[in-house]
Amino acid sequence: MIRSIKTRRQAVLVVCYGVIAVFMVFFLFPPYWMALTSFKTNQEIESLKGIPFLIQQGATLKHYQDLFTKTDFLIYLKNTAIITTLVTILSLVISVLAAYSLSRLGFIGAGILGTGVFLTYLVPDTLLFIPFFKIIGWLGLLNSKWSLLLVFPTAIVPFCTWILIGYFASIPRELDEAALVDGANHLQMLLRIFLPVAVPGLVAATMFAFTISWAGFLYPMAFIFSNEEQLLTVGTVTTLIKGDVYHWGGLMAGALLACLPPVLLYAFLMDYYISGLTSGSTKA
Amino acid sequence: MEVALPRPRAAREPFLTRSLDNERLLAAILLAPAVLILAVFIAYPFVMGVWLSLSSTSVGNPGEFVGLKNFLKAWDDSIFRTAFGNTFFYTFWATVFKLSLGMWVALLLNRHFRGKRLVRAAMLLPFIIPTVLSTFAWRWMFDPTFSVLNWTLYKAGLIATKLPFLSDSTWAMWCAISINTWRGMPFFAITLLAGLQTINPDLHEAASLDGANAWRRFWHVTWPLLKPVTLVVVVFSVIQTFSDFQLIYVLTGGGPANSTHLVATYAYQIGVGAGLLGEGAAISLFMLPVLFFVVWMQLRYLRRLEGA
Repeated sequence: MIRSIKTRRQAVLVVCYGVIAVFMVFFLFPPYWMALTSFKTNQEIESLKGIPFLIQQGATLKHYQDLFTKTDFLIYLKNTAIITTLVTILSLVISVLAAYSLSRLGFIGAGILGTGVFLTYLVPDTLLFIPFFKIIGWLGLLNSKWSLLLVFPTAIVPFCTWILIGYFASIPRELDEAALVDGANHLQMLLRIFLPVAVPGLVAATMFAFTISWAGFLYPMAFIFSNEEQLLTVGTVTTLIKGDVYHWGGLMAGALLACLPPVLLYAFLMDYYISGLTSGSTKA
Repeated sequence: MEVALPRPRAAREPFLTRSLDNERLLAAILLAPAVLILAVFIAYPFVMGVWLSLSSTSVGNPGEFVGLKNFLKAWDDSIFRTAFGNTFFYTFWATVFKLSLGMWVALLLNRHFRGKRLVRAAMLLPFIIPTVLSTFAWRWMFDPTFSVLNWTLYKAGLIATKLPFLSDSTWAMWCAISINTWRGMPFFAITLLAGLQTINPDLHEAASLDGANAWRRFWHVTWPLLKPVTLVVVVFSVIQTFSDFQLIYVLTGGGPANSTHLVATYAYQIGVGAGLLGEGAAISLFMLPVLFFVVWMQLRYLRRLEGA
């Protein structure tokens, strides 16, 4: 009896491993294919002979070289780095202040505003980009990367505020009363008590802001037309295509480099991000 | 969860009354940037979008009030109707796959086994890589001449001729749904896994001692406890899938022959591509009733939970 349960358990385990292996192939094949193509020579990419899953005719860095010397890739990279950094800082400052205010200062209608924050996250960019196009035009910021400093935070601030409220609300009120009695002001309280407690939330919020801004596509696509101002995502998929010809090697090299920063960020901070996200979403 | 601690009242009163007005002002100041950004960059554009949709505005032409003409025109437009139908089809199937496969993966990962961290890290890759870039890799995998998928299926003897991945409208739609599933499933799995880990294992043990099989344990123990988290994830996902733009824009551009457009990509083509801002705004507003309904349902459900 005991033995049969044991063998059954083992059979279940083998099946589970098998299913997980299939899922792993599904998850990992596209990034693998992207990386592999970027190191293949053009002849090998366009050859129908041989096994495509491996590099058989020698790896090459030519696509990367071309990317840096023959295209505006470095300009896109610089623009994206600048915009992402500024948008992340700006959004985090706004969100921390809003979350502190909403969770603590007894502001009238905090509950209503909290729901409002949540609701505005649900107004997607695809509903807003046409009116934004007009507003950005009025401000004279069409075809300028700085326009993105105004529009990206709209997609970030509500969600980050929502994550942070969850953390701030978990701090017992007796703690801040005690701090206030001890003569601390609100700024000191925010810096010394709230922010240290909310570190996982801050990391999650920062990563969220970084990801949204780094991967932003629709707004730069709609508002920016010139190469000097363009961001990485749009630049890689639109301007690296010459006419109807796809240089898949170069495109995949560009895509791989463009997705490295977020991938590295998550590689180091994944656990923070998951705990931040899930404690936010389970608190709702 | 406030516990009033006994404190000397006399020492507290003046401080509280003194700081109350002060606090209101401070709260307002701290909240101002967020409110400003929400009001100026969400509420105002939204109202303006509604106004634009009622006007004949185009790029370089201020336009005039035309009533519901843009909406009626869109409704009579066969491409718009296809796009509208596609949006529901795409959202429905992508969500079904993301939820069922995501749940499956979460249940698999909820056991202890070697290499679990590695699997979890690999799983997050689709979620981390910016959609535009991964969609481009998929597009290369679906290439009409050099598709690695066609090569594999052909060599495995499963097909005799190439599959028309992106050149046939039905195939192209299912390709888009697959990519969306690939991209969105990890978020489902991770969130559901976090939900699963809050469930007390004793409950399962008790149920299996009572003779419940795996399916009954899932249905009667796991699912009721997992429902609130699932609902939040599904709503987020439905909203993002319903308003999706990037994936279709990069994969097919709405083609072949405008057959895979979603509301958002068609609104972009009309609004920014052709410069007809009024008509584009009207098309994108067709998404609003659906999004509103989804959010309203969720809020109602969450209130019921809070009340309980």
